[in-house]
Parts: sequence; structure tokens; C-alpha cells
Amino acid sequence: MTQISVRVDGTPYDDDVEPRTLLVHYLREQLGKVGTVVGCDTSNCGACTVHLDGEAVKSCTVFAVQADGCEVTTIEGISPNGTLHPMQKAFHEMHGLQCGFCTPGMIMASIDLVNDNPDPSEDEVREGIEGNLCRCTGYQNIVRAVQQAAGEMHGRSTAGDTLGAQS
Amino acid sequence: MIPAPFAYACPSTIDEALQAVASGGEDVKILAGGQSLIPVMRLRLAAPETVVDLTRVAELRGVREDGDAIVIGAMTTHSDVLADPLIARYAPLIAEATETVADRQVRHRGTFGGALAHADPAGDLPAVALALDAEFVVAGLEGRRTVAASDFFVDYLTTVLQEGELLVEIRVPRREGWGMHYEKFTRVAQAWSIVAVAAAVRMEGSRIAEARIGLTNMGPTPLRASATEAALTGAEATAEVIAAAAQHAAENTSPSSDLNAQADYRHHLAQVLTRRAVTAAAGL
Repeated sequence: MTQISVRVDGTPYDDDVEPRTLLVHYLREQLGKVGTVVGCDTSNCGACTVHLDGEAVKSCTVFAVQADGCEVTTIEGISPNGTLHPMQKAFHEMHGLQCGFCTPGMIMASIDLVNDNPDPSEDEVREGIEGNLCRCTGYQNIVRAVQQAAGEMHGRSTAGDTLGAQS
Repeated sequence: MIPAPFAYACPSTIDEALQAVASGGEDVKILAGGQSLIPVMRLRLAAPETVVDLTRVAELRGVREDGDAIVIGAMTTHSDVLADPLIARYAPLIAEATETVADRQVRHRGTFGGALAHADPAGDLPAVALALDAEFVVAGLEGRRTVAASDFFVDYLTTVLQEGELLVEIRVPRREGWGMHYEKFTRVAQAWSIVAVAAAVRMEGSRIAEARIGLTNMGPTPLRASATEAALTGAEATAEVIAAAAQHAAENTSPSSDLNAQADYRHHLAQVLTRRAVTAAAGL
């Protein structure tokens, strides 16, 4: 066992973990942060995306010991005051999900993208979230949601910018 | 799946890392960004006795100038490569290829040196390092040695790195004023190259004074398209000349046949992608 100290969603934790424990398993099984899901377990689907020191990573492809001393933000920590984060709100309003399994990872990857690129084009959104797979293939509305949220996160009005969600 | 148990070392200097590798037992794996190693450990295709994690070795990160080269620390992440002004100025081919590696989450963790030491034939950076004449600085307990890119890649997933050795930095000659382009063919997002071509061209007026072309996934190691380079050297940079030279791109290659493509299709791709890459690099 190795001792680690991490802050997860703003709360400090000191825990013993086996070196082989993946970050996603630590989050889900030791901390009960089950908002972060395991999708493919092959580093492809991005459902397990969290932020490690502010950067989106696939938490199935990081050992928990590697997060020692770091700040982890999961889908459960992006809006601590109970309101929806602009990205969550946009996914809700634009119907950016169907079954919802990919959504936590989609939202965490999209926030990371919009932090780097405040006004991504449709192509840039598609490239930017290429590490996240939606098996419902609801990409159209996901792209619309990311663009709407980008506007809101960076103080641009989105009224009239969009035709709304389309099925 | 969950990886098999292992002993974990997390050194903070190169010397500590070399000691940890030396004392780690029979089967030691060096963990750089982990974006190739952790997946194979999860599948238990690798089950090392000891993992030496280089994440905290600060001296392995970053890019600096040194004489007529830029020096890229082996643990510099792909994301840091993309943001680096020295790479953008002197070796933009590296940034262009790095941008096509996997996806943004993987690029936040994955490292330049890790990708080179892993030496996957479908990986994008080995052919770029070869085309740019990079040198690999390797540290061992006995000291350091420098290996040319043309000698570094030995076989499928195999480099000259010996047990106990560590790739610490990569020296890339500064090539100001060269035109460069990375042309990658793949079918779906975040995929490995089926074939890709890295081209660097130095123009003198309307002529190509020098051309350097690296091929990705045209054999077990990255290769140079030597016959095409020779045909381009000193030639007038016209669409016809480049197209004729690119016909030689697949000479002396031995690509595999797999689910993505048969070898003869890869030969075809090498020619087409070389034409496109050189055309873009020459600014046509």
C-alpha cells in the first residue's frame, strides 16, 4: 500500500492505495464518486474523464498513486453550489444526451476544450472531443451544447445564435 | 481489468530513477505518460515486477535551446509540445504530428520521450524524429551516450535502449526557414496512422535544396524515403517533379498487412501521402 494525499472536488483525502489501483477505481470505490463511470476500460471511450490539476485525463489510464499531491475534479465537483455548470445546463437544454452514460466524460472533456478554446467552431468541437464516444451517436446535439456553453462560459450572449436542439 | 500487483517507485531525479530501475528486479517497466503502458498492464499483456514512474522527475520536462539544437526533455507532454514556442519556430513538424496523436486527454498525459521509446511503428513521432535527424540522449548508471535517430529504432517496439537505461532528452537540429508538413491517413478519430508521411524541405528560390522524408507504419521501424529525397534534391519544385519523385516513396519498405490495410495499399498510400506532404512542405 502507498499513502496518497489528494483533493477531490475540493475535499482533501489521505488514503492508502495499492499502486495498481486505477484513479477511476479509487474515485468510485474508495470515495464513492460514482458520477465518474467506467465505459470501455480500454482508454478509448473517455467516459471516465476527470480533471487532474485542471487538465482532462482518462482516469482509467492514470494510477491513483500518480494523483498524489494533485487536485482532482470530477463531474460531481464542477458546480459545488447546487446549480448546474453552464456545460451541464447546455447539455440539458440542447438534448446533448440520450442514454447519458457518456455524459460525465463528455462534459469534463468539453470544459477542458472550452478552457483552451473559448469559441470553438463546429469542427473544433468535433476534434476537441474526439476522445469521447457516444454509442447513442447523439453527436449533433452534443456539438450544439458545447458551442452554447462556450458562449455562456465566456460571457457571450447565445440568444438567437442557435436553432435549438434537434432530434 | 485491473493490472497485476507491482512494486512502485516514484523517483524525483534522473539518478534516483536509474537506481530504482537497477534495483527493481528482473522485470522493470519505466512509466512515462502511461498512455500505452497502462492499457497493456490493464490487459495483463505486461505484468512488471516494478514500475518506475518518471512523473515527478522535473529535470526531464521542458524544451530549451542549446547551440544549434533545441532539446526536448523526454517527459515533456504532448500538450506542452503543442504549446512550446521553440518547437513552433524550429521544428513545427513535431507540433503538427503531435496534434494528430490520439486525443486531448491522452495528449495531456502522454510524453514525447515515452512515445519514442515505445517505438510503435504506427506512432507518429518516430518518423518525425527520423526526418528531422534528431539525436537521443540516453542515461545509464555508467554515464550518457547519444544515439542518432537512424540508429535508435531497431525493430517492432524495440529500440537500442538497454535494460537499466533511460531516454532523458531528444536533441533536434534547429531548422529555421524549412517548410514542413505531416500528412496522416487514418479512418476514424483518435486512431493510429495507417500510413503517415513527415516531410521537411529547404527551398532555395524555386528549387528544393534539401528534402527529408520520414515514413510512419511502412515497416517495423520508421523509414526514410531515400529514393524520393534523392529525386527531389536540387530539383525544380513543380507539381510534376514532386509527383514523379513521390512514386519512389515506397521503395525498400516492408509494411504489414492487417485489418486496416494490405501491404500493397500501404505502398499506394505512401506514394500519395508523400506527394501531398512534400507539396505542402514546399509551399506549393
